[in-house]
Amino acid sequence: MAAARRVVVTGLGIVSPVGVGIKHAWQTLVEGGSGIRSLVAERPGAGYDQLPSQVAGIVPRSSSQELGTFDTKALLMPGDANRMAGFTQYAMCAAQEALADAGWTAPTDEQRERTGVCFGTGIGSLDDITANHDQFRAGGLRKISPMFVPKILCNMAAGNIGIRYGFYGPNHAVSTACTTGAHAIGDATRFIQYGDADVMLAGASECSLQPLALAGFSKIKALALGFNDRPQQASRPFDKDRAGFVIGEGSGALVLEELEHAKARGAPIYAEVRGYGLSGDGFHITAPPADGAGAQRAMRSAIRSARISTAEISYINAHATSTPLGDQIENSAIKSVFAPAGNLSPADLPAVSSTKSATGHLLGAAGAVEAIFTVLAIKNNIAPPTLNLDSIDAESGFDLNYVPHKAQQRTINAALTNSFGFGGTNASLIFAKL
Amino acid sequence: MFRLASFRIAAAIRTAAPRPAVSLVKQRLAMPSMMTRWYSAGGALTRDTIKERIFQVLQDFDKVNQEKLSDVADFNKDLGLDSLDTVEVVMAIEEEFSVEIPDDEADKITTVKEAIDYITHREDAH
Repeated sequence: MAAARRVVVTGLGIVSPVGVGIKHAWQTLVEGGSGIRSLVAERPGAGYDQLPSQVAGIVPRSSSQELGTFDTKALLMPGDANRMAGFTQYAMCAAQEALADAGWTAPTDEQRERTGVCFGTGIGSLDDITANHDQFRAGGLRKISPMFVPKILCNMAAGNIGIRYGFYGPNHAVSTACTTGAHAIGDATRFIQYGDADVMLAGASECSLQPLALAGFSKIKALALGFNDRPQQASRPFDKDRAGFVIGEGSGALVLEELEHAKARGAPIYAEVRGYGLSGDGFHITAPPADGAGAQRAMRSAIRSARISTAEISYINAHATSTPLGDQIENSAIKSVFAPAGNLSPADLPAVSSTKSATGHLLGAAGAVEAIFTVLAIKNNIAPPTLNLDSIDAESGFDLNYVPHKAQQRTINAALTNSFGFGGTNASLIFAKL
Repeated sequence: MFRLASFRIAAAIRTAAPRPAVSLVKQRLAMPSMMTRWYSAGGALTRDTIKERIFQVLQDFDKVNQEKLSDVADFNKDLGLDSLDTVEVVMAIEEEFSVEIPDDEADKITTVKEAIDYITHREDAH
């Protein structure tokens, strides 16, 4: 078999709680800013005060094109807001930035045929489902919007991106809970390697800060409790006082491109997608197995496909959502993979941080925005911080460098990012300098 | 339409009302339509009033090419609306004039003129 086609990242776009736009979001993240705020304060009267966890990573909005904010009038075309659910709107915005960043417009029909989209969402549009349900109960069929179905389908971010830009290549949408974003990027990479396309717009989006969603996650006892009066401290991965995840929203988009294609047109290259590994826990709908075997398999598989040694990986953007069990299991899985004999000192192991401390958990979009942060960590040689890591729980095995509070400047030639989702679905991606 | 839709949603969330929520457009235009009723003879709306209110419905629809808005505009060819948008426009007109338009009648409304004609012939429109 011929050598696999190499895939590089040539464009990035983001809508996130730490800001809209790559430059703004990365700067906020590196400076230790947080996008986690009170839902009760931001959306009074919406019913959040009835819920136990009232904090979320919220995309900042404005109607005046304020820097770093989401402004539907400025970022969408007329009519988009009516035809597209929230997750698709975020996706359109992230995709637009990524394509502009990559300078890729696919002007010819041939280029369009060689350009595809892999864009997923974890939940879809609860807003439109509940609103139409209410309309249906109140007024019957007459009150159902013809946009209902075209808004809620999970592939509509991918569909609308393909329609807006006229991309004729593969149009794909994965929905694997909180692993969606990582799968979208990994699968898009494989499409390019396999020859289905030369350029793929890959990513994921989530817009589910609905009271109903929070109610559901509350019943699983997954959300952070006890931080309603101090939202920015609610997401505290690896910390002794971590008490659950903070729900978030947003979208991340990456332009992935076959290496020679990118070089031929002089595209800017951020990093190479070196490795992709997938696994299933085969265990439980919401809980990982205690030994993190599924997480280990995903990481090992990514490392194998990257043909890289663990010593070359100097940064890990962990899935770590700030739940008591999940963080601990991922931590021990990382140590099992990177120091199997237990003979390496923490200084020899990669720095591990969780940017969810600043953004909250973007569910389906998490893997996409965290892939972006991982790519930027490599590009800028900066490990973004884990906020709120005030007391490290060393007794539970947390003895690595978790980049507490402040970003760290360090040479990062290769980095790994993890995503784990309900249903026991795991993926790891490895990016590296070219 | 976005505003209309969002208000419907907001209203639906606010109350578990057994009846459809009152639309924003209707609230905003309550005054002129009442005046019309006072000045016209048998409770029927004047063609000018109908036209004005249908224009308002279309002006609230973000996707409508406003430059092409006229009393003979074709929803698709002139205003840039597709079949799904047209269904929404007709739903908004139903709500604006508090009438139910049967599907087979609704399918025939494809231009501003047809919408005005239809409402003009509906004596229960108000």
